[in-house]
Amino acid sequence: MSNFEIVTRENFSDLTYLLEVHHPLMAKAAKPGQFVIVMLSEHGERIPLTIADFDREKGTITLVIQAIGKTTRQMQQECQVGTSLYALVGPMGIPSPISHAKKVICVGGGLGVAPIFPQARGFKEAGAYVIGVVGFRNKDLVFWEDKFRAVCDEFIICTDDGSAGIKGMVTAGILQAIDKHPDIDEVVAIGPPIMMKGCAEATRPFKIKTMVSLNPVMVDGTGMCGGCRVKIGDTVKFACVDGPDFDGHLVDFDDLMTRLKRYTKEERMALDHWEKEKGCRLQKAVDKTIAATDLR
Amino acid sequence: MAKKKTIRTIPQERTPMREQDPAVRAKNFEEVACGYHPDDAMREAERCLICPDQPCVSGCPVGINIPGFIQKISEKDLRGAYDILTETSLLPAICGRVCPQENQCEGVCTVGQSLEAVAIGRLERFVGDTAIREGWANIPYIEPNDFKVGIVGSGPAGMACAADMAKAGCDVTVFEAFHQPGGVLKYGIPDFRLPNAVIDAEIGNLRKLGVKFECNTLVGRLFTIEQMVTEMGFHAVFVGVGAGYPTMLGIPGDSLNGVLSANELLTRCNLMRAKEFPSFDTPQPIGKRVVVVGAGNTAMDAMRVSVRLGAEKVYCIYRRSRKEAPARAEEVHHAEQEGVEFNWLTHPVAVLDDGKGNVRGLRCVRMELGEPDASGRRRPVPVEGSEFDFECDLIVYAIGTNANPIMGQTSQLKLNKWGYIDTDEGLATSIAGVFAGGDIVTGAATVIEAMGAGRTAAASMKAYLGIRDSALPYTSGSEKLFGIDLRERNFTRVRVA
Repeated sequence: MSNFEIVTRENFSDLTYLLEVHHPLMAKAAKPGQFVIVMLSEHGERIPLTIADFDREKGTITLVIQAIGKTTRQMQQECQVGTSLYALVGPMGIPSPISHAKKVICVGGGLGVAPIFPQARGFKEAGAYVIGVVGFRNKDLVFWEDKFRAVCDEFIICTDDGSAGIKGMVTAGILQAIDKHPDIDEVVAIGPPIMMKGCAEATRPFKIKTMVSLNPVMVDGTGMCGGCRVKIGDTVKFACVDGPDFDGHLVDFDDLMTRLKRYTKEERMALDHWEKEKGCRLQKAVDKTIAATDLR
Repeated sequence: MAKKKTIRTIPQERTPMREQDPAVRAKNFEEVACGYHPDDAMREAERCLICPDQPCVSGCPVGINIPGFIQKISEKDLRGAYDILTETSLLPAICGRVCPQENQCEGVCTVGQSLEAVAIGRLERFVGDTAIREGWANIPYIEPNDFKVGIVGSGPAGMACAADMAKAGCDVTVFEAFHQPGGVLKYGIPDFRLPNAVIDAEIGNLRKLGVKFECNTLVGRLFTIEQMVTEMGFHAVFVGVGAGYPTMLGIPGDSLNGVLSANELLTRCNLMRAKEFPSFDTPQPIGKRVVVVGAGNTAMDAMRVSVRLGAEKVYCIYRRSRKEAPARAEEVHHAEQEGVEFNWLTHPVAVLDDGKGNVRGLRCVRMELGEPDASGRRRPVPVEGSEFDFECDLIVYAIGTNANPIMGQTSQLKLNKWGYIDTDEGLATSIAGVFAGGDIVTGAATVIEAMGAGRTAAASMKAYLGIRDSALPYTSGSEKLFGIDLRERNFTRVRVA
């Protein structure tokens, strides 16, 4: 199949990096909204990552990763051009339905900025009027602005400190767009659960269909373990095979966020164990950055 | 000629198999049952009457020549015993361990009518283990044909089908979504029942037959079944992806942290080696007081894994009585020895939370057996006012699985109303050239039944491809039309035109 070789790497910031991995079959099969599961080594855990882009001609898929936990930090150090991932499986999940909406807002925040891109492009290709809204902490963390502008009819950047675009959360961007366009058909939001919850609450009064992409804890990603079960209205769904996209107005985000904390202690232990083994000075610098910025 | 054995002359007691002491083994993941020594095997082989009826052969889903291989053990010809076993059984070291022999070969054993049945499973395992230790493999000369066969799923059904098709001369590729082949044998069955080394040895034998394994390949999503038979050039495909979608109880508190499926617990522990966390990155949910809901083999595995992970107390709760428990008797016995507390006729009604999203306990109700239901088993009904609480911090659901939806989402394969793949008796699906078997057709069943299905599908596949098994005697001329055997669906030759 492929040996999952990394062909491009780009560092967006101290925390965020891009990996382009050679996998022609997957590049051919991938559709917006799908994800992969990656293992860095034989001892590694299986982590789900949303596909940020795919290039059918080059035969690559692109992942944009934030170094937050043990595995993503280890990847930040070890995944250089020419190295290979131990395992990469996908594309997983039901592709995002690129609906016939005429006017859509594509929202990305934090982890979600990269994976919202193929959706924005998909809607553009389907003939929709696309408004992109992306959120960063500050100006230095902004990436892919050109890529987004190329597929968006309007593009709004939101930063926490106002150093780029408008000051505030992505919800401020959404409200600004809704204010200007009363005929928005659909909002698609990808990002941390708290951000997606905010987006769903922002659009609820306007009754605008809002799709979100959920990222619960997974093991296999093929519907086998049930670790990724989420509450959608009155039903329980497995995000890996029934999703990952769901109607944001029906998602029980509080339940999702509680479940995401299930292994916080163990994640810390894994990180400590790794750091002890590495005894690495560089790591402390990353730690500091994380402490300063933390997850939104 | 040897003196004729009778029920009076054979050793009366079944030869025991050495087991790790329960107190010791409850703290390790080494195999519980240590296997027969050659002397044990010789003695047990003596107990087989080599009776003419051979009920055991028809009791075996794959029809192993059981008296044949046992006789070879008596003759101290272990290689001969292995040769006979591998004529029909692909994976003796695995089947000898995990088959429910008491319901199959041993259940109908002639000796078993008056004494304890011959320990066929233990003897099979003895031969299989000897072969692995000695490095025996029966690699027949294979005349290659030009057929390319794709197998989806590397569990027992896929492995059995792959072996038969490779032996028939086909170019066989097995696709597996996980990063290691073996399916449920790897992720589901714990090391203390089936060590990974045994599985890897058997997979090694498949590779020697020329079978290729492609891991990290999620068929359906990376490419579809239809693409396999059209653009990818597979002449036939077998789908053996397992059932897999675990059932949750649907009671209040199901989604609390600390409630998980047996599949998740076992996959983390067995495949991802979470028991060695943090040397391995995947964390293992550890409970001090663990409740496992269900009483099948998977439930027993979950309980015994929990014991080994250091739980102080492990409870089994099951809504019917011990008699109805679907697990093998030996597994229930082993779990009991290891300190699991069984609560029969008990049913959960709600998971209790600690106010922070974690499990604090499980509210249950006592049941009593009422009238027989559709399955013929007496239906358990709740006893009014009998509610009580278990204090626990981990709850494992081992109450069965539903059909995995990926095949249905990504192909035109016809499904039945429960979402399993619809097949005919020969396991052909609604798509020409595509066959299916194992749990994804029947719903959750046993390893040997899945292997049996893999072999049935292989036989149909060979007929479909027009491959004649030269080892079989040529039978009946009556079922022929224009000189072509009607049992062969000889599509490939027709298609040439």
